[in-house]
Amino acid sequence: MANLKTSEKKSKSQSMGMHTEVLTGRTQQKFFNPDEAENFYYFGTYDVDFNKRTDLDVKDMTAPEANKEIDNLMSQGYGTIVIKNPQGKHSLGVGILNKLNLIFEGSLGYFGMGSCDGPIVRINGRVGWSCAENLMAGKVVIEKNAGSCFGAAIRGGDLICKGSVGARTGIDMKGGSIIVGGDAGAFTGFMMQRGRIIVLGDVGINLGDSMYDGTIFVGGKIGSYGSDAVDAELTKSDQDWLKRKLKVAEIGEKFDVSKMKKIVAGKKLWNYDNLEPTEKKGAI
Amino acid sequence: MCGIAGLIHRGKSSNVGSELQGMLQALKHRGEDSTGYALYGDTDGKNFVMRFKVGENVGEGSSSVMEDVSVYDERKKIVDQYLAEMGAKIVKEERTLPYSLRYEIDYNTKDLLEFSQKIESIPGVEILSMGKSLEVIKDLGNAKMVCDRYSLDKVVGTHAIGHARMATESGVDIKSAHPFWGYPFSDVSVVHNGQLTNYWNNRRALENKGMRFMSECDSELIAVYIAQKMREGASLEEGMKESLSGLDGVFTYFVATKDSLGMAKDTMAAKPLVLYESDDLVAMGSEEIAIRSVLPQEIDTYDPFDGEVKVWQI
Repeated sequence: MANLKTSEKKSKSQSMGMHTEVLTGRTQQKFFNPDEAENFYYFGTYDVDFNKRTDLDVKDMTAPEANKEIDNLMSQGYGTIVIKNPQGKHSLGVGILNKLNLIFEGSLGYFGMGSCDGPIVRINGRVGWSCAENLMAGKVVIEKNAGSCFGAAIRGGDLICKGSVGARTGIDMKGGSIIVGGDAGAFTGFMMQRGRIIVLGDVGINLGDSMYDGTIFVGGKIGSYGSDAVDAELTKSDQDWLKRKLKVAEIGEKFDVSKMKKIVAGKKLWNYDNLEPTEKKGAI
Repeated sequence: MCGIAGLIHRGKSSNVGSELQGMLQALKHRGEDSTGYALYGDTDGKNFVMRFKVGENVGEGSSSVMEDVSVYDERKKIVDQYLAEMGAKIVKEERTLPYSLRYEIDYNTKDLLEFSQKIESIPGVEILSMGKSLEVIKDLGNAKMVCDRYSLDKVVGTHAIGHARMATESGVDIKSAHPFWGYPFSDVSVVHNGQLTNYWNNRRALENKGMRFMSECDSELIAVYIAQKMREGASLEEGMKESLSGLDGVFTYFVATKDSLGMAKDTMAAKPLVLYESDDLVAMGSEEIAIRSVLPQEIDTYDPFDGEVKVWQI
C-alpha cells in the first residue's frame, strides 16, 4: 500500500475549502508542457470554427448515428451545432473531446454528454440519469430538470441544472462544479472525492454520505447528513466564489449566499483501522 | 433491470392498449423475457372479467415444464364446474390461447377471497386478474409480441400499467410475470422494478394472515402487501406509504385500482422513474423514451424524489 504523507503547506485551493487532502510522493498525473506541444496529439479532436453553424435533426436517427454525424460535422469544422428533436434518446453527445457549442432543442435520455472534454453545451429540456458522467472540462447547462446520478464521477468543468436533480448527484465526483437551481435528492455528494456541489434548494437524506473530500453548499433544508459529512464555517472566500460561480452559471445571481450551509468530510472514515472491531485488532 | 410504464387519462378514455404497447416497446431493452399489461377498459361495470390461465407458455426461453395440452381442457372443465357450483354464470367466454382464457361472469359478491381460493385450488390454474374494469394480460416476449398475440391494441379505457421483464430472481414464465393482481381485491394490480430483500419474512407473515402467493417472484409481495393493508382498512395511498418502511430493498412500483393510479419510490431512490403530469394525462415510465412514445412533442418531465408516493384519480 502506498505510503502517503501529508504536508503542512496549504495551497490556495485548500484554503478556499476546495479540498484539504495534501499528498506528497509519486503521482501519475501528467502535466502539459508547451515545449512538447508538437508531440502532443489528442485523438478524436478537431479544430472547429464557432461561427460555422448548422442544424442536425436526429428524430429518425439512433444514438450512434446521431453521435457519428456530430463527429462528422466537427470534422468539417462546424463549431456550433443545434440538435433538433432529441426526443429523450439515450447517450447523445457523448465523447466530444474538443471545444464546441452544442445546443439541444429538447430533452435527453440517459448518459447524455458522457465522457466529454471541452464542449459548451446547452440543453433546452430535461436530462435523464447520469448526465455528463465523467465530464473532464467544459460547461453543460440544463434548462429544466435532471435525473439521478447527475454528474457522476466528473473530473472537471461546470455542470449546471436550473431545475431540480434526482438522487446521488455528484456521486464519486473528483473535481469540477455541479450547480443546481432547485432541489436535489438523496445521497447528494455520495462518496465524492473532490470538487464542489452547490444546491440552492433543499437536499434529501444522507447528504455527503462517505464523502472523502470536496465541499457541498446547500441553500435550503437538509434531509439528513450522511456518514462522515459535517458542517464547516462558510468563509468570506467561499461567499465570493459562490457569487462568482452563480453569476457564471446564470442561476441565482441574487441568491443570499451568506445563509448557505457548507458541508465537508469529517474524515473519520479516512483511517480504516478505526473501523475494525477491537477484538479483531487484539487478535492481530 | 426491468421496465415499468403507466398512464392515466383524467376525464376521458383513450386507446390505452395501443398507448401502453408503445411505451413498453420503447423499454424492451430493459427486458423482454415477458411483458404484461393491466388495462382498465371501458365496461358497463355489471359483470366481472376474469382472466386466468390453465397452463404455462412453454415456448422458446420458457422455464416451465411442458404438459399435455389435454390437461388444459380438463382444468377448464373443473373451473366451469366450480363456477356453476358458486352460482357464477359465464356470460361470455374467450380462449385466446390454449392456456389463456377470459370469462365475463355474472356473479354477485363483495368478497372474492373464497371465490379465488376455490378456483385456484385446481392445480395449474391461476387467476391473473378479477375485476369489473381490470384485465391483466401477460405472456412471454416483448410488448409488441404480447399485444399482437392478445389483440390488445384496440382496448379503450382510462388507465393502464405495464411491465417489461428481465427475469432475475425467478423463472421465465407467466406466473412470475408482472403485473400482479392484488388478490383478492377486485380491480387492483401492481408492477414493480427493483429487488425486495425482506421478501420471505413478509411472505411468511402474510401467508399466516390468509394471503396467497402464486410465484416466488419478490414483486408479487407488493401486490399482496398492499392488498393486505387495504383489507385492514387502509386507503391505497396509506398502504403505499406504509410500504416504504415495510418493504426493504430498492423499488419503484405502480399500483392501479378501478379509478386511480399510484406510484411509490423507495427511500434510496435507487430505481428510475420519469414522470409527466398535466391536467388531463399522467404518464410515467422507467425512462423518458417510454413517455415520448405517446407524447413526442417537447414536454416537462421530472424524476420523483426518494420516498415519494403519489396517487392520481381518473
